[in-house]
Amino acid sequence: MKTYKKTTASIFITIILLLVSSLHAEETIRIVSSLPRTGSANAQTTSMVNGIKMAIDEQGGKIADFKIVYEDWDDASPERGQWDPAVEASNADKAIRNPEVMAYIGTYNSGAAKISMPKLNQAGLLMVSPANTWPGLTKTGIGEANEPLVYRPSGKVSYFRIVPTDEIQGAVAAQWSAELGAKRIFILHDRELYGKGVAEMYKRSAPKYGLDVVGFEGIDGKSSNYRSLVVKIRQKNPDLVYFGGTTQSNAGQIVKDLRSAGLKVKFMVPDGCFENSFIDSAGKENLEGMTYITFGGVPAAQLTGKGKTFYENYKKKFGIEPESYAAYGYEAAQVALHGIRQANKRDRAAVIAAVAGIKDFDGVLGNWSFDKEGDTSLKTISGNVVTNGKFEFSKLLGN
Amino acid sequence: MTEYEVLLQQVITGLSNGMIIALIALGYTMVYGIVELINFAHGDLFMLGAFCALTILGTLGVGADASSAVTISTLVLLFTIVPIFCALVNWLVDRYAYRALRKAPRLAPLVSAIGVSFIFLNIGLFWGGLPMEVFNQGRTAAAPKDFPLLIGNQNLFGDSVIQFTEKDLLVFVITIPLMLLLTYIVRYTKLGKAMRAVSQNPIAAQLMGINVNQIIGTTFIIGGALGGFSSVIYSLYNNTIYFQMGYRVGIDAFTAAVLGGIGSLPGAVLGGLLIGLIRAMSDQYIASQWTNVLVFSILILALTFKPSGLLGRTVKEKV
Repeated sequence: MKTYKKTTASIFITIILLLVSSLHAEETIRIVSSLPRTGSANAQTTSMVNGIKMAIDEQGGKIADFKIVYEDWDDASPERGQWDPAVEASNADKAIRNPEVMAYIGTYNSGAAKISMPKLNQAGLLMVSPANTWPGLTKTGIGEANEPLVYRPSGKVSYFRIVPTDEIQGAVAAQWSAELGAKRIFILHDRELYGKGVAEMYKRSAPKYGLDVVGFEGIDGKSSNYRSLVVKIRQKNPDLVYFGGTTQSNAGQIVKDLRSAGLKVKFMVPDGCFENSFIDSAGKENLEGMTYITFGGVPAAQLTGKGKTFYENYKKKFGIEPESYAAYGYEAAQVALHGIRQANKRDRAAVIAAVAGIKDFDGVLGNWSFDKEGDTSLKTISGNVVTNGKFEFSKLLGN
Repeated sequence: MTEYEVLLQQVITGLSNGMIIALIALGYTMVYGIVELINFAHGDLFMLGAFCALTILGTLGVGADASSAVTISTLVLLFTIVPIFCALVNWLVDRYAYRALRKAPRLAPLVSAIGVSFIFLNIGLFWGGLPMEVFNQGRTAAAPKDFPLLIGNQNLFGDSVIQFTEKDLLVFVITIPLMLLLTYIVRYTKLGKAMRAVSQNPIAAQLMGINVNQIIGTTFIIGGALGGFSSVIYSLYNNTIYFQMGYRVGIDAFTAAVLGGIGSLPGAVLGGLLIGLIRAMSDQYIASQWTNVLVFSILILALTFKPSGLLGRTVKEKV
């Protein structure tokens, strides 16, 4: 009799334990990020990942009864040294398959977003990008004719971004060039979605500010040098060379080749080069006082209010200066966490609905809202220069 | 600049770039000539050489501001250590990755070569991604690294609009003697004779008392050393190195070797110079976005009309 009781009791306990553990498992919510962690964008993405971790840690890794687990995924491969379409696609599939994943933070490159956006949209999973700036991902009439509908097979908006887009950045870059006294502009781009996009926006706005575009060329971002192209640039005698591209597509080598040919022209680049690796690869003496970088937002050190607290805490926590996109990683995680908190259940559709409803969000980037296409209301673009081998905030642009 | 000056300038640029490509192409062509293996790892070996050079500079703390005596002795050091390093690595690869596959079907060593290339690429990623701040040569990310400007951009033609810089001079001064030396070794020495014998018929060569494996190993050593020289020249000329450069430069050099006739030493040099010139002319007179298309179209055309390459001999396929 006694043994029988014991057995019943133990079976009973086991069932309770199983129930508890299964209940417990249900309480986990996963947030994943898909960023290029292998290769040269690593310093920038590490800083974004740090921002995401910070946002989750500040919540104690918990929201209501849910345990928040963060996973840092890589969408780059060593062969490409930057984002890889195959890896990005498999990341998206992996996130969709795991029912615990409620938010997908990414991507860094607009080209990569083109791949995961339709997949995640079909599956109804929230995607928040801290860094994509190609307008076509959300806006009609700027990119391809089928954009942005092609990324929304479900017909609903599930992709949100917290950075201003390139048509704003390209236009203010042109305006800033004019303010700097440049007249003749030679435009280069790396033939990638982001670089070519922003270069074309620049070109489109140039006449408005009285700029004369004397050349527009796509380069090979993996070429060993650009000396022959520089000869062509010398011939046109520009005041400013604009390069739509990133550190990864060889911005450093271009400026080096310009300088080694003795060409003392101004050099302007978009935010794809707003990372310390750009200065490292170009060599600071080649950039000093002649390099201008636009950035969709303000550098971390210039943030005010909550942003300033973020900047101080980041430095305290990680012991280094945050790269330009750190605050965006943090804010993207805040957006995801806000969605989960509002939904208060493990339901992807509810999380998306909560994020879509964000109005007057009081974040580190300021006070902002999402519009119905998933774009931020923030339009701040800052102009930065290189002084003493470091980026230095110069002014707010476009206002 | 007048049209004539532009043309002249582009010829100088094209020849300088072409010389570097040619030097790397020689590494491909030598190995192919003797074991009929396309050594895909050669481009990545070249990349490792560049990182070796940067590490030496970082350890010594030599930068662009060093005095000329220091610079010259550092250059001598670079041109000694890096080729030895690359030669050693190349020899090791042959000894442990390719030698066991000498009698295997042609595809086996080829796949091994691709494997070795990936291993090198990842070593480079790790090497370039290490916290190199100790050497004061950039931060931790595997971003392109700035290679100190040891050879300046001083124009040797003074104030002329045509620029022929110290760097261009360096390329010619180092590459041409190396090519001559290589030709001498292959044509006129006992070693060269043995190499040519092995390349024509390894079994007959062995019957004549030639140690075939030793000769092949030596070929890899020479090829590796050439790769080492070219990585130092490349780094001094372009001043940026990154872990993926081997792939891209490797493709250019391999194309040069094929265009000139793979297996032929003068062919590799001719192919390299041609590709350098075509690139420069296309950048100037067409548009840089068409440069790669043009280079490969010319390659396809050349191979259609002369499959053995410009200077290649038509060899019967060995079965």
